[in-house]
Amino acid sequence: MAKVTLTIDQKTVEAEPGDPLLEVAKKAGVYIPHLCYMDDLPSYGGCRLCAVEIEGVRGLPLACTTQVTDGMVVRTDTAPVRELQRGVMETILSEHPDRCLTCHRKIHCLPNWICLRDDVVTDRCVTCAKNQWCELQQVSEFLGMEGTGRFYEEGRSWYGAREEIPLERENPFIERDYNKCILCARCVRVCDEVRGVGAISVTYKGDKARIDTPFGIPLHETNCELCGACVDVCPTASLMDKTTKWAGLPDKLVSTICPYCGTGCQLLLHVKGERIVRVSADAEGAVNKGQACVKGRYGLDFVHHPERLTTPLIRDNGAFREASWDEALDLVASRLGDYRGEEFAAIASSKCTNEDCYILQKFARVVMGSNNVDHCARL
Amino acid sequence: MAGLATTFGSGAMTNSIADLGQAACILAIGTNTTEAHPVIALQLKQMARRGGKLIVANPHWIELCRHATMWLRQRPGSDVALIGGMMRVIVDEGLADSNFIQERCENFDALRESLAAFSLERVSQITGLPQEQIREAARLYATSSSAAIVYAMGITQSSHGTDNVQALADLAMLTGNIGKPGSGVNPLRGHNNVQGSCDMGCLPNVFTGYQSVADGGIRERFEAAWGVSLNPKPGLTLGEIFDAAHDGTVKAIYLVGENPVITDPNAAHIEEALKRLEFLVVQDIFLSETARLAHVVLPAASFAEKEGTFTNTERRVQRVRQAISPVGNSRPDWWITVQLAMRLGAQGFSYEHPAEIMDEIARLTASYGGMAYHRLENGGLQWPCPSPNHPGTSILHREAFTRGKGHFVPVEYRGSLEQPDEEYPLILNTGRMLYHFHSSTLTRRVKGLRELHSEERVEINPQDAVSLGIADGDLVKVTSRRGAVTVRAKVAEGTPPGSLFMTFHFPDTVTNLLTQPGRDPVSKIPELKFCAVRVAKVA
Ligand code: FES
Repeated sequence: MAKVTLTIDQKTVEAEPGDPLLEVAKKAGVYIPHLCYMDDLPSYGGCRLCAVEIEGVRGLPLACTTQVTDGMVVRTDTAPVRELQRGVMETILSEHPDRCLTCHRKIHCLPNWICLRDDVVTDRCVTCAKNQWCELQQVSEFLGMEGTGRFYEEGRSWYGAREEIPLERENPFIERDYNKCILCARCVRVCDEVRGVGAISVTYKGDKARIDTPFGIPLHETNCELCGACVDVCPTASLMDKTTKWAGLPDKLVSTICPYCGTGCQLLLHVKGERIVRVSADAEGAVNKGQACVKGRYGLDFVHHPERLTTPLIRDNGAFREASWDEALDLVASRLGDYRGEEFAAIASSKCTNEDCYILQKFARVVMGSNNVDHCARL
Repeated sequence: MAGLATTFGSGAMTNSIADLGQAACILAIGTNTTEAHPVIALQLKQMARRGGKLIVANPHWIELCRHATMWLRQRPGSDVALIGGMMRVIVDEGLADSNFIQERCENFDALRESLAAFSLERVSQITGLPQEQIREAARLYATSSSAAIVYAMGITQSSHGTDNVQALADLAMLTGNIGKPGSGVNPLRGHNNVQGSCDMGCLPNVFTGYQSVADGGIRERFEAAWGVSLNPKPGLTLGEIFDAAHDGTVKAIYLVGENPVITDPNAAHIEEALKRLEFLVVQDIFLSETARLAHVVLPAASFAEKEGTFTNTERRVQRVRQAISPVGNSRPDWWITVQLAMRLGAQGFSYEHPAEIMDEIARLTASYGGMAYHRLENGGLQWPCPSPNHPGTSILHREAFTRGKGHFVPVEYRGSLEQPDEEYPLILNTGRMLYHFHSSTLTRRVKGLRELHSEERVEINPQDAVSLGIADGDLVKVTSRRGAVTVRAKVAEGTPPGSLFMTFHFPDTVTNLLTQPGRDPVSKIPELKFCAVRVAKVA
């Protein structure tokens, strides 16, 4: 189909007709605040945050549910748009702790400092594990919520406003804290529409509404597969990786391939120093497009396991002793030197890389003169 | 994957993972996809959600059944009969794609003749399925605009695995479901790099890219590239290697990253074979049960500590990138092997970086000819990718089959090697579950995964449980002709009457003490999915 041309904030943009405006703007580098839209899923229109102005259209339509048409003229940064977005944000934040979002000192504060501005020190930015990588915080900063409306100075909206909801942390991997939930429903949609599982849904109504499992049973007792897709899409600290939530920001992200099954999911390893502190699914993955399973996401701790072999071992009188590489390699080479051709066999691993495998079969064939080389693909 | 190679000329997944989501119909047989390949299962669910027809053929109730249009609960080991029956319906009702058969295939008459033995009465008797269900499944598959077949170990780990695969390939060709989007025959490989290790020539009869070691011309090319004269005699397969070690003809083994003492059928035999070796060197990241038997153990770096590539089940070569330094004094596997080669005086083993190894692979392997690290940065490439500008191949056999014409192989139903009898009345099936992997060398070292599932359970149908006086959680003893294991019972509706199910993830309960070493005559894959056992409560 022919492409359409539209303008977003004076930029001329080409797009496929019918694409969601929010997506088109994002690709053109124009950020429209949003908290419920997810790439590659049908628009939901739940958070009402993505309002824009479109010439010839009445009111302030939502960018996620608007499909682009030819000649559309869009403005995202006008006073009425921002005013509406701040109003929406204020409503969203009325259900969420807000010190982490609106305190003007938050970038100066460090963990365990005593907060001079606030008597409720248990609910500050530095006591939230998502501090500095929280989507809600980012949107709030973008809209300049700090010091606006009811967040002015010591005015506060949240403390004591709601009964506390107990945490659910009975399974080993995912922690749920619905006190921080803004009901964007992304987790519900990803679990149902992408994973086809549907372990959670929006339950109750009105101000009692919240996300939960059937009958509120613990997550791992439902049909949940603990894939962590909900954690990846949560814009707040409601859904967190239980064991790594406090690891903070990584030094670097390394994109690599999962070592488990043959699907070939691309994972992002969050690395701090010499440790993998968290794993997430890579949205750029050719096969998995941002999805993973419980093993890839939560099953890579073996890398740092204390039982990892860290030095060559040589059997001496029935027991192993540690040896240097030189000693071990010399020994193996001299022992293998006694066998040639059919007396020797190499067994390769389908967990190793192509390069490892290639070298091993070359070794068997070239050095040992043997075609006795196989691996466990037959199993 | 011998079956596919005979029929098409290539044993890999014909289509792509993303492509499965586009199919109008999918037949998922012998795969518990949501547990063993959860992310591929997303495509199957997506397809069903969009209104596609999902046919699940599995003796066990699996999660995928929730999304299925039809669930065929054939008897364990009766897959060939089921597929033969479906083909018979397709031929009889004129649903075959005669243009495709005429233009692209050969040996159709032989197939048609063989189908004479698959009357629905007989098929229904063997499979235990009502005739109407078989008919309906055949129609669904044959009349959809595109239909894909997805299978895994349930099809291959059988003494007639090759027959199973060939029958599936026949079914696809019969309906023209090859070489177009949303179709094909798609084996799901179990390990991250099974496809790659096969592609790389870690097989006794072929060099890289399935080039036969017995072919003089091919051998000459490798001899020229490697600067040595090469052994023309195909080597021993895995099972044969252990047999040879047992009787002393193989004296030294260099074993990398495997744990056959746990994962191989007839575990006791393997252990004995390894103990008889004059020299065993094991290279791994943990001191596995197998490594404990070694004379020398070499510590390998894990996937997170090295550069390289893996090839996934859809033939996609993707980059593995180093995130941290090798733990302790461990080293990448390729580096260790290279050091040994140099100490043994070999030439042509001086590599600075795995990228150079890939360049050598590309020079010697047509299907990898266009692979190079700089081209694999964004999402990798699917082989065949023969030249530096080739975009890779997402669907095989588009114009013609790798071997020219698709070759129909007549189907023949043979029962499983070991049939249940009075003494061993039940069938034991083995498989995987979501939270663990293979011998669980890796997963049992992950605290959370261990918490979720820490011990083996044998699953038994409520009907059998009642008649044997077994309750959920009871300690029971499962006995086969080869050994016995004691394990807790789990009463589960999903397991068909007359069958038991166990995983093989737990070294404390070596399920493979029970399974039998009978192998498929062609692929040499052991029959892990079917053996006769009895079960009794431990007093
Ligand atoms: S992103 Fe548009 S309404 Fe939430």
